[in-house]
Amino acid sequence: MKKSTERARHQGDVFESIGRKLAAMTSGGSRRGWLLMFAFFALLSLIFLYTIMLVFTVGVGMLGINIPVAWGFPIINVVWWIGIGHAGTLISAILLLLRQGWRAPISRFAEAMTLFAAGIAGMMPIIHLGRPWFFYWLVPYPATMGVWPQWRSPLVWDFFAIATYITVSLLFWYLGLVPDLGSMRDRAKTKLGRRIYGVFALGWRGAASHWRRYQTAYLLIAGLATPLVVSVHSVIALDFAVTLVPGYHSQVFPPYFVAGALFSGFAMVLTLTIPMRRIFRLYDLITSDHLEVMAKIMLAAGLVVIYGYVIEYFLIWYDGDEYHIYLAFNRMFGPYAPYFWGMMFINVLLTQSLWFPKVRRSAGILFAVAVVLNVGMWLERYVIVIISTNRDFLPSSWNTSFGTWVDWSMLLGSLGLFFALFLLFIRAVPAISIFEEKELEYEHEHEESGRS
Amino acid sequence: MAQLFPQWSNTVVRIAFVALLALPVAVPAALMIAVRTPYQTGEGVYREQPVPFSHEHHAGNLNIDCRYCHHTVEQSTFSGMPATQVCMTCHSQLWTDADMLAPVRRSLAFQEPLRWRRINKLADYVYFDHSIHVNKGVGCETCHGRIDTMPLTYPTEGFQMQFCLECHRNPERYLRPRSEITTMGWEPPVPQHQLGTRLLETFQIHKEQLTDCSICHR
Repeated sequence: MKKSTERARHQGDVFESIGRKLAAMTSGGSRRGWLLMFAFFALLSLIFLYTIMLVFTVGVGMLGINIPVAWGFPIINVVWWIGIGHAGTLISAILLLLRQGWRAPISRFAEAMTLFAAGIAGMMPIIHLGRPWFFYWLVPYPATMGVWPQWRSPLVWDFFAIATYITVSLLFWYLGLVPDLGSMRDRAKTKLGRRIYGVFALGWRGAASHWRRYQTAYLLIAGLATPLVVSVHSVIALDFAVTLVPGYHSQVFPPYFVAGALFSGFAMVLTLTIPMRRIFRLYDLITSDHLEVMAKIMLAAGLVVIYGYVIEYFLIWYDGDEYHIYLAFNRMFGPYAPYFWGMMFINVLLTQSLWFPKVRRSAGILFAVAVVLNVGMWLERYVIVIISTNRDFLPSSWNTSFGTWVDWSMLLGSLGLFFALFLLFIRAVPAISIFEEKELEYEHEHEESGRS
Repeated sequence: MAQLFPQWSNTVVRIAFVALLALPVAVPAALMIAVRTPYQTGEGVYREQPVPFSHEHHAGNLNIDCRYCHHTVEQSTFSGMPATQVCMTCHSQLWTDADMLAPVRRSLAFQEPLRWRRINKLADYVYFDHSIHVNKGVGCETCHGRIDTMPLTYPTEGFQMQFCLECHRNPERYLRPRSEITTMGWEPPVPQHQLGTRLLETFQIHKEQLTDCSICHR
């Protein structure tokens, strides 16, 4: 009897320390370091804004696109960014339904990552439009034009896929935040802080009835989000696959894009996790085991991507189409050969390093590998989008176009925006779910007490 | 601890929830209604003209043919506006000292054309040709309404794309024989769908091409 009260008191202490530690992340760490980092990324976001304005006011001619390369950097970026988002949805929805406890410390910020990545991805096709102010023409509404969007066009499916994805990701992320917003409200030191968190906590009191409804709603949204892991990137893949351009027209694209999305998504989760773990000293919450599991998923997704490459080039050889074979030749030995071989080196060779437990468990090496794999996946999209169109059926219209300074600045700027948003997120709400950590701790304790 | 929020905040939150659901529907709906109002389309709105010309009097009571003044409508993209001399065919003899017609006489005396103000405006990215419509059986009335009842002239249509497409998709509902092009208040002698289908053949209208983008946007 006495022992159990002691245990309960001990557990209360552990809970309190978890709560305090995670809630303190919003004000913890080095204030100056945060400010410096934020200033740097905010500056990059301004570059993003500047390049967008340039494209909107001067025109898409500022980008390195011209016939036959009509799809350029914004399309590469939309595929890349939306792919990054997929890891967050996988972690939060599918792993939740599969009851994978290890997702708890990473789910919250992986969802935030999804949200920001999907938001940036959503901007990219609009930037790519010649007349971006008409982007809402993709919405089926009774227009005075008397015409509706072309339902047979994957670009319309794309619009719906991305819009759904952003909406569901936002709902999921916010719903997951509600109990923690309640804790933040109760922990806030100023009245204003209490009020702001209080509004967003929607009157959360932590009553049993709240938890019951909350868990039903959360599972429901997780169920809704689950198909999105597969569908969104499949639809993006269809943008390419339904065209008749050699290099785009490929049946393997939807599954191969989804695997690529998870691959790059986990690389981005690791890119964010490892520095955060170090800055906030979260070694006891995000352990090497967590890193290893993520690295393993990355390896599995990477192997599917490699399988996709094999199938893609096998089919090129197998169908024996002249243009198709030339496409492979152009990728390997054409004007963009460094991009192709860079992609092959990173995505095929470097991925193999994840077979070694030493790489998977060492934060430093894993961080380096993850960053480079992000680059590799960006190169993959470059290879698909640009090296498929630059030499098309008619040699007289061949054109080699590289990204202009606007293209590169926009890519860099979008990264800046992403990290700036992420830094704001870390400061505004607990980046790691407090209540899920407590729940995990509780289950852990119970398992132990059951054993003893 | 004191309550964080006063009691009325419950009401505010409830209203906010309703607004959150209602606004995404209400705002676009309001915009969609707004673009269809005469304020936007100019439908039924008179414009000040140098001379208060009455179509009701000339085309209605006097029954002058539309083509007497809009004389290039059968050959040209533009229907044509009458030269001062056309007005003077009659008005050199009739109402020669009417105050209302002073600008017309001044125009003739100083050799300066009357500056009529355009009533029916199409967007600049639309290619429109009067002659093809008139020659393939689209009556004046179909687009311009009962012009013979207008003391001052106003457009009866905003000419939004849906208006053009309505006829380009189903031309047989609107066609009439060439002899009735300028007739106002025309009623088809046989049911319109029979007549229309027959006229499609007579005029060799290939309906399926009429909604190609390049038919109007060139």
